[in-house]
Amino acid sequence: MDYEFHWNVVFQNMPQLLNGAFVTLHVSVLAMLLGVVIAILLAIAKMNNTKFFSQVATVWVEIARNTPALFQIYMAYFGLGAFGIHLSPYVAVLSALVFINAGYLTETFRGGFQSIPSTQYSASKSLGMTSIQTYRYIILPQMLRRIYHPMTNQFVWSILMSSLGILVGMSELSGTTQRLQSLSFRTLEFFIVAAVMYFVITKLVLFGSSLLARRLFKGEI
Amino acid sequence: MISVQNVHKSFGDLEVLKGVSLDVKKGEVVSVIGGSGSGKSTLLYCINAIEPINRGKILVDDVDVHAKETNKDKLRQKLGMVFQQWNSFPHMTVLENAALAPRIVKKMSKEEAIEIAKKELEHVGLGDKFDVYPTKMSGGQQQRLAIARALAMKPDYMLLDEVTSALDPELVGEVLDTLRLLAEEGMTMICVTHEMGFARDVSDRVAYFHEGVIAEIGEARQVITDPQNPLTQKFLSKVR
Ligand SMILES: Nc1ncnc2c1ncn2[C@@H]1O[C@H](COP(=O)(O)OP(=O)(O)O)[C@@H](O)[C@H]1O
Ligand SMILES: [Mg+2]
Repeated sequence: MDYEFHWNVVFQNMPQLLNGAFVTLHVSVLAMLLGVVIAILLAIAKMNNTKFFSQVATVWVEIARNTPALFQIYMAYFGLGAFGIHLSPYVAVLSALVFINAGYLTETFRGGFQSIPSTQYSASKSLGMTSIQTYRYIILPQMLRRIYHPMTNQFVWSILMSSLGILVGMSELSGTTQRLQSLSFRTLEFFIVAAVMYFVITKLVLFGSSLLARRLFKGEI
Repeated sequence: MISVQNVHKSFGDLEVLKGVSLDVKKGEVVSVIGGSGSGKSTLLYCINAIEPINRGKILVDDVDVHAKETNKDKLRQKLGMVFQQWNSFPHMTVLENAALAPRIVKKMSKEEAIEIAKKELEHVGLGDKFDVYPTKMSGGQQQRLAIARALAMKPDYMLLDEVTSALDPELVGEVLDTLRLLAEEGMTMICVTHEMGFARDVSDRVAYFHEGVIAEIGEARQVITDPQNPLTQKFLSKVR
């Protein structure tokens, strides 16, 4: 193998890479927060008896779960562009991630909700708890335990998938890496460092998440 | 006193209670026996206002349970209920399970609620399990926890729905002993049960349920050992 590694140029550009990593985190966190809010609404809509609401939710979930993320991003960026709606690369990637996160989390939330046995409601009721108390102290805490790990996984997935931003010229970690390597021709070095950064970010997220879980959920989980 | 007066209750087209009347006086223990699907659980749910009724009336200490103006959450504080399938709150310790309702429903201070919870847990023999999570306990222990959790609300009445039916046979005894203790202490109870020995020895009266009506009711020993109604005789000969 004749390839000679030259790491210097990579370290000189570290501030830009770190900035890219920050944008990656930024878009993923925002996509997660918005995705959670929409997923709560979609889960409620899906369990609603009004056909219209549950059908809108079903269509959303089905498209989000059964089409490639790449396709969602292209639709947001080029597809909407064809209709004169020009989103910035950041907003296009964010919208696509929110769309997909909401789709997956809807099923997670619905499953979590339905997995609480009805006997938990009658037990709370029989103790004189109001509906609000029943949700606050009995149902939601148990639900949170069941959706916590799937939510963490969804967040990690968002971080990794935001790398598709490279395709629409977004300046997150992958896009920045792409730009820097094309200027310096140190392709392998830049992508190795970027991969390590992705690895470190997701590992830190998983570690933080399990620390938080240990604090939140002292009982069985 | 609990007074059930000519209660009718349907689920859709299925009439489950077809005119049930039953008075339970303070301090009395009434066991309800009968085949599965005869409406025994439904009766308890109606007394506790978990299920609405279609006709008739249920009074608890002269309060009309199903009247619109009745505060049902408040009423349920008087009626402790334990279900067939033990349903402890799995995300809380044993102590938290028992202290929760006194704290949030009765608005006791944390110290007061914990003191009462500890007392009732000791009462049912779970004094060494305060910090254990219920899923780590046997069915019998979880069922005793459910009893303590209900008792911590200081109910005037206990409604018990086949509390030993889902237990392994070797765990039935410890739960029945707990109920026996409550009966001796004068707790007013309605026990739906398949334990004929318990019904005979512990309760004052036994009611035999058949297809939504009380086919026979009388002094416990008499109904179990010398039933008058042929339906009761047939049922008892089968369960023995
Ligand atoms: N929530 C419900 N919806 C519809 N039918 C019900 C419901 N609960 C009970 N039933 C029906 O009512 C009948 C009496 O049930 P239940 O009171 O549980 O009987 P038991 O406790 O004597 O076995 C059964 O046929 C049962 O299927
Ligand atoms: Mg039953």
